[in-house]
Amino acid sequence: MTTEVGTETDVKKEPEKVQEDQQQTDQPDQTSDGDAPANTEEHQQGSQSAEAPTEQEESPEPRSPTPAGEQKKEKGISRFLPPWLKRQKSQSQEKESESAAADVKDGEQEEKGTKEKSEDQPAEVKEVTGEKSKTEEVQVEEKDREEQKSVGSADTQPVREETEGEPDENHKQQVNARETPSKLTKKMKMVVCHVTLLDGSQFTCDVEKRAKGQYLFFEVCKHLNLMEKDYFSLSFKDSADQRCWLDPTKEIKRQIRNSQWQFAFSVKFYPPDPSLLTEDITRYLLCLQLRQDIASGRLPCSFVTHALLGSYALQAELGDYDTEEQRVDYIADFQFAPNQTKELEEKVVELHKSHRGMTPAQADIQFLENAKKLSMYGVDLHHAKDSDGVDIMLGVCANGLLIYKDRLRINRFAWPKILKISYKRSNFYIKIRPGETEQFESSVGFKLPNHRAAKRVWKVCVEHHTFFRLTSPEQPTKTKFLTLGSKFRYSGRTQAQTRQASTLIDRPAPYFERTSSKRISRSLDGAPVVNVAGGDSMGVGENGPTLELNSDNKDLDKTQEDVLKHQASISELKRSFMEATPEPRPSQWEKRLTGSPATTLRLQVSGSLEEELTSLFLSKACFSGLTLSCSTTAAPVEGSKLSALPEDPQKTSPHPENDSRDGSKSSEVIPDVNGQMEVVEVLEETVVIEEVVKARPKSPAPDVTTESGTAPEVKEEQSLSSDSESEDEAEYHGQTPSASFCVQQIKEEPEEEEAELNQQALPLDAEPQPIREPESSAKEEESSSAQPDEDISTEEVSMTPDEAPNGHVLDTEDLPATEGEEPHIVNGNVSRVETERLPQVICCSEPPVVKTEMVTISDTFAAQKTEISTKEVPIVHTETKTITYEAAQLDGNGDGEPGVLMTAQTITSESLCTTTTTHITKTLKGGLSETRIEKRIVITGDSDIDHDQALAQAIKEAKEQHPDMSVTRVVVHKETELAEDED
Amino acid sequence: MAELLAGFGCYTHAVVRAVPRSLATQALRSGNLEVDPLKVQQEQEYYVSVLTQRLGLEVIELPADETQPDCVFVEDAAVVCENTALITRPGAESRRGEAEAMKRALTELDLNIVEMTDETATLDGGDVLFTGREFFVGLSKRTNQRGAEILADTFKDYSVSTVPVLQGFHLKSFCSMAGPDLIAIGSSEAAQKTLKIMQQMSDHKYDKLTLPDDLAANCIYMNLPNKGHVLLHCTPEEFPESAKVFEKLKDHMLIPVSNEEKGKVDGALTCCSVLINKKSKI
Repeated sequence: MTTEVGTETDVKKEPEKVQEDQQQTDQPDQTSDGDAPANTEEHQQGSQSAEAPTEQEESPEPRSPTPAGEQKKEKGISRFLPPWLKRQKSQSQEKESESAAADVKDGEQEEKGTKEKSEDQPAEVKEVTGEKSKTEEVQVEEKDREEQKSVGSADTQPVREETEGEPDENHKQQVNARETPSKLTKKMKMVVCHVTLLDGSQFTCDVEKRAKGQYLFFEVCKHLNLMEKDYFSLSFKDSADQRCWLDPTKEIKRQIRNSQWQFAFSVKFYPPDPSLLTEDITRYLLCLQLRQDIASGRLPCSFVTHALLGSYALQAELGDYDTEEQRVDYIADFQFAPNQTKELEEKVVELHKSHRGMTPAQADIQFLENAKKLSMYGVDLHHAKDSDGVDIMLGVCANGLLIYKDRLRINRFAWPKILKISYKRSNFYIKIRPGETEQFESSVGFKLPNHRAAKRVWKVCVEHHTFFRLTSPEQPTKTKFLTLGSKFRYSGRTQAQTRQASTLIDRPAPYFERTSSKRISRSLDGAPVVNVAGGDSMGVGENGPTLELNSDNKDLDKTQEDVLKHQASISELKRSFMEATPEPRPSQWEKRLTGSPATTLRLQVSGSLEEELTSLFLSKACFSGLTLSCSTTAAPVEGSKLSALPEDPQKTSPHPENDSRDGSKSSEVIPDVNGQMEVVEVLEETVVIEEVVKARPKSPAPDVTTESGTAPEVKEEQSLSSDSESEDEAEYHGQTPSASFCVQQIKEEPEEEEAELNQQALPLDAEPQPIREPESSAKEEESSSAQPDEDISTEEVSMTPDEAPNGHVLDTEDLPATEGEEPHIVNGNVSRVETERLPQVICCSEPPVVKTEMVTISDTFAAQKTEISTKEVPIVHTETKTITYEAAQLDGNGDGEPGVLMTAQTITSESLCTTTTTHITKTLKGGLSETRIEKRIVITGDSDIDHDQALAQAIKEAKEQHPDMSVTRVVVHKETELAEDED
Repeated sequence: MAELLAGFGCYTHAVVRAVPRSLATQALRSGNLEVDPLKVQQEQEYYVSVLTQRLGLEVIELPADETQPDCVFVEDAAVVCENTALITRPGAESRRGEAEAMKRALTELDLNIVEMTDETATLDGGDVLFTGREFFVGLSKRTNQRGAEILADTFKDYSVSTVPVLQGFHLKSFCSMAGPDLIAIGSSEAAQKTLKIMQQMSDHKYDKLTLPDDLAANCIYMNLPNKGHVLLHCTPEEFPESAKVFEKLKDHMLIPVSNEEKGKVDGALTCCSVLINKKSKI
């Protein structure tokens, strides 16, 4: 394994690149991080004994191959800071021993130091449960005093390292890029994962306790020599014995919770046309999956089909029928059907004889060609009830959502017909595009057995929609209508992308062994009669090709990138798109709804449902003006946690700073148009932090004052829910597929509006943003990442980044998108006001310069923090903190006086790890029109994702997009999963 | 299943049944029309001759049963797909006895027989539209949900969707297959509505052939060796406008078959035969 370390890294990089364009610099490294340590571990294991993970834990890691170990581990903002600043920071941190950030860093660095020195300090091994969450970290440290001691010894080292790196900025950057790895190099507990492969064999793999799903997944794929892996995934059984998909982007441990580290490798997305798969090995694995599905009865088929498919399976496994060797019962070991009869076996043999001369690959193809036509092929079924309490089944498939009642299809919702999918508690809702003759959208609700089931269906829908309907999950905005209410989103490749990638596979067909020879007493359904401890059932083929695979992967990566850039094969995309079912006419749909026997709950969208869901997102269709209520609800509500936000204004009020722009708005006297931008960040794993940034990073304009004075209101919310919004409810707007495709559709239907929206949205995404502008991001990051909640203080407000140059000079105007017409007097005022206040704010004329200290938040405000615990969310282990900065009380006013809603728009854009939802409302109040823009930026990801940077980037983008607007409030909402994730 | 679509419309055998004299007077009918026994007889004879002589099918003609006035409409008694035959439980109680003879005939043809034994289930073959890709079952006065479920259980390979029969007698009283992926549909509002529902429910995209007369939308499509696409459809005498539509189908061998008298007792072209493809035996 050791030798493979390098290659392994490559392999992992690949997916990352695709997924996370924006964070390229960081991502690859992170990935490698994940891998590297594991490899090391494995390596060690190999040399030692395979048994005790714990031992490894304690063993020193000096030999870790990762370069990362030598790199700095700085987190968050610090990496963006100029060297001298960093140093300061570190110093300051030392001063503030309490700051969690400091601790974290110290700890990490210390470890590095240890490694470098190749010391053997077993004591060092900390359980790094909450690396990123400072809070957690702190707790941990408190708990483990002993460990701290050891840590303490190393404290000084980090500083030293930084000092070394300081002079050279480039160096610094490099450091940044690699920072994660070092983190990973920490000694981790290793856990043995057992993965049941499709041929029934077991694959055993040692994994860091905190490894993410993708690590294990890639290990398995590597073992299988599988390149077209996007159709597959790992699953596990939860406590209720329900199959759950392992989220590749999340830590395994959090997902499986207390369950066994036992997984199953299986097909997640059944390709509608398997003949389009590139490699035989992929088809083979798909065949194995289908054999399982058939034998278990999950994929029902007729007697004849059972026989036919069984005969192809035999041909593939055993080759030509051999009269001499093969006795009649030679097939007894195979299971072709749930209830296998002698008659069936005879039929299978009879058919097997007729396949003479067919190669295994051909037999697989024939198998798939027949299997794919089965009505339940690729349909993921979920038990549910309709509004009348009648038992039905929800079937999620490539083309949409199918509704079954006792095997009868009673309804079908193709993706194009679905505007939004959401769930709340144990209910699952889909919003249907209005028909030609209808003005309102309708919603259909289903009752799932429980909350988890509802969430599961929702997730599966999100994933299937993205995979089959969209061309790419990442391309942020551009015509993409996808909106996710929850943090969850499918981050892998779409089918279109994976096909693209597959076309680039350029390796000799890998050799793989079919299971038959080894399957002495194993049935086709995958029951592992023979337990292969080593999990190397396919080992023979594996080792050789492995290296090739890796190298190929590199190529693949490159090519993929190219492809993505150029959007080369449009034809390919089209093809995939065309596969999607044609849109039924709306009118049909409507009629269907009313007239069909299918009894489903139908609601008028305009009202209750929306509110009930407290959804942030409004479908564009809504905005046609029909639904006013919707728009209102659109406020920044993120699940339960966010609910607290609305209160912020009041709390904030006490602070002088609040007076800022918002105040002016509220006063209404001045304001014709208020541009408000609200930024909400939700982080899974981090501590909360927040700030308002008014500065425009890019504008060189020297003017300015920086920042926004928002009253630093810090709210700390600790809710038990594991998933922020997604926990209780979440929404997903699945609309038109991205880009080019959409256009036609858009024109056809009521979506014209959408089209407009898209265009507007484009600018957001389209803006080329440097991956990071150190400055602005830096501040925010600092605030967010580095500081403990307590730190937040007024000073923080000063966040002005170097870019300070920006100044809010421009504060207000109408959004380009919005129809807003008025002068933005208000804004102008506001900005000034802020300036005045801004004593605290520091403007750095030189972009690169950021004063750390400024950033530091004083404890003063800590006292003001409000702790809110969400009672409704029973599920625990999540720590949520919300910090709100208000520019003024205006906000309050705005809320107080509803005014008349004139227009509302919602635009959503996504990038790999962030989802930005922009909600624009124009309200008429007392003759004045106010334009309000709320941006909700959801940054999702585990510790590997640089939340701070992502947030900074997002805020920066927002500002750039609406230079005319002023930021009146920033709410940062961080949610950390302490231990378990509901997934 | 092997060549699912390629085999659509391929038939080798047909089961028909002689017209009982009792039909003229006792057969069920939605209208109050007088039926000329002689004309019915002639129509049936011509119908059978087309199947045998024009098309070369092997036709099994069951003897009439005077106690079963509707027995000529064999389609309602069985649904055959590939090698499996579902013996139905007709919605009209007076017709339940018709299944027996059908069952025997199909058994002799070596088909896998599935019987609908559930006392609560009813299904008329006339409510079952097989498109080659999937089934649509019309929920009508004669067919209920349970019957459709059993059909779904019987033909597991295919999706079975239920659609309401808003008006008319059977689902196939206003629609049928006129070719692969081509649905002939009447132009009445109810028919159109049903079609839209079918389109909504399907993963496949079907073409449609809209006919001015609902009843004319019942035709018989076959794909026969040496003959290609064959379509038995209404005559110009019955439905002149609709006949013109059929005549525009250039790729089909068009065979007008009169159904005037049988139509008076709600019989349609498809009602009078059960088509079977024995070659499809795997």
